[in-house]
Amino acid sequence: MPKFIQIFATRWGIIVVGALIGVFAQILQKLGNPSNMGVCVACFERDISGALGLHRAAVVQYMRPEIIGFVIGSLIAAYAFKEFRSRAGSAPIVRFILGVFAMIGGLVFLGCPWRAALRFAGGDGNAIFGLLGLIGGIWVGTLFLKSGYNLGRSQKTYVTVGWLLPLTMLGFLALMLIFPQMQGQDKSGVLFYSIKGPGSMHAPLLVSLVIGLIIGFLAQRSRFCTMGAIRDLILFRQTHLLSGFVALVVAAFITNLILGQFNPGFVKQPVAHTMSLWNFGGMVLSGLAFALAGGCPGRQLFLAGEGDGDAAVFVFGMIVGAGISHNFGLASSPDGVGPYGIPAVIIGLLVCLFIGFTMRKQVA
Amino acid sequence: MGVIVDAKGLSCPQPVILTVKEMDRLQKGEIEILVDTDTSKENVSRAATAKGWTLKNIEEDESGFRIIISKD
Repeated sequence: MPKFIQIFATRWGIIVVGALIGVFAQILQKLGNPSNMGVCVACFERDISGALGLHRAAVVQYMRPEIIGFVIGSLIAAYAFKEFRSRAGSAPIVRFILGVFAMIGGLVFLGCPWRAALRFAGGDGNAIFGLLGLIGGIWVGTLFLKSGYNLGRSQKTYVTVGWLLPLTMLGFLALMLIFPQMQGQDKSGVLFYSIKGPGSMHAPLLVSLVIGLIIGFLAQRSRFCTMGAIRDLILFRQTHLLSGFVALVVAAFITNLILGQFNPGFVKQPVAHTMSLWNFGGMVLSGLAFALAGGCPGRQLFLAGEGDGDAAVFVFGMIVGAGISHNFGLASSPDGVGPYGIPAVIIGLLVCLFIGFTMRKQVA
Repeated sequence: MGVIVDAKGLSCPQPVILTVKEMDRLQKGEIEILVDTDTSKENVSRAATAKGWTLKNIEEDESGFRIIISKD
């Protein structure tokens, strides 16, 4: 066991995990997931929000099993290697708000850092602006971190606390099995489904779930984090996590070439728009929110799986944020940003700056 | 005995920031770092060795890990 632990904590370990995520994402796309969206944490949490009816955007409603797999896979890894530690109490309300705005920014760009990488690897030039925005937002976050910003200490707590998000995910899976998708129906029991659009495109449930479990397991072991990749480079000149993120892009690109899924260009890219400034701006907001919350949306799921109740609050923030995004017309579409997307990004940036400036204390 | 950095309950990247700050301040000697997750243990260890410090000992107990690093 100890040797196995070391393998994934090494540079080669994280490179292998990043590359596997890149390959799995393209396989999921080949098997039915939307284009350049084999795996997207923000998009899939948005689809879950739609499946639950928290928003009623008809084209993005599906209880994505990948997300359930990420949390449960991480939980299994954490228990297998005695790393499950139930903890909570580090500014949960702040993490919730950061989750809400991380999602709002992500849906202005149309993706999370994972999808930004996958879009780039699929030839979508608009993703370059998103990735630059992500780097910009994280850079601002590192300035706060350098000046003493932190969310305070968490406390060790009841095992129950760490189990609540995994149990919620198992509940979601149960709902999917009890109320399965029916051909041509947009509702099954309490769950909403999409008949057309990205929400209607998905790999078979079992495949999605199993790949999600594998990614969750491996990501828990390797601590894969796309925000941390950029943050650690800026803050400590460390390239450990970055090598995993780069491996994801390279592996996804090669797999796309092999599967014939590489289509370079800017216009008519799948589930994307060409408003560069707001592709950039949306991801500045997301990147800053992720940096202030200490992890990309994927990492928050993996942390929640190993008992971090604060990361779980961030996840719920993102799911609720998706509801707000679509109900208030903040989310973008292939036609461009939503009617209120731009003011929402500006408000989100102001909120993040407020949090960043006012939560600084040099820990002695 | 050197300095103690208590990074328990602090999330990523705080334990590393605090450790790096102490390493930069002291330049040499011994630092004891307290963390409560495996991720923090790995991150602190990686940051310390990258800066030329030696991992002297890592002890695990109920509340987490006690990492001791040193540099001559």
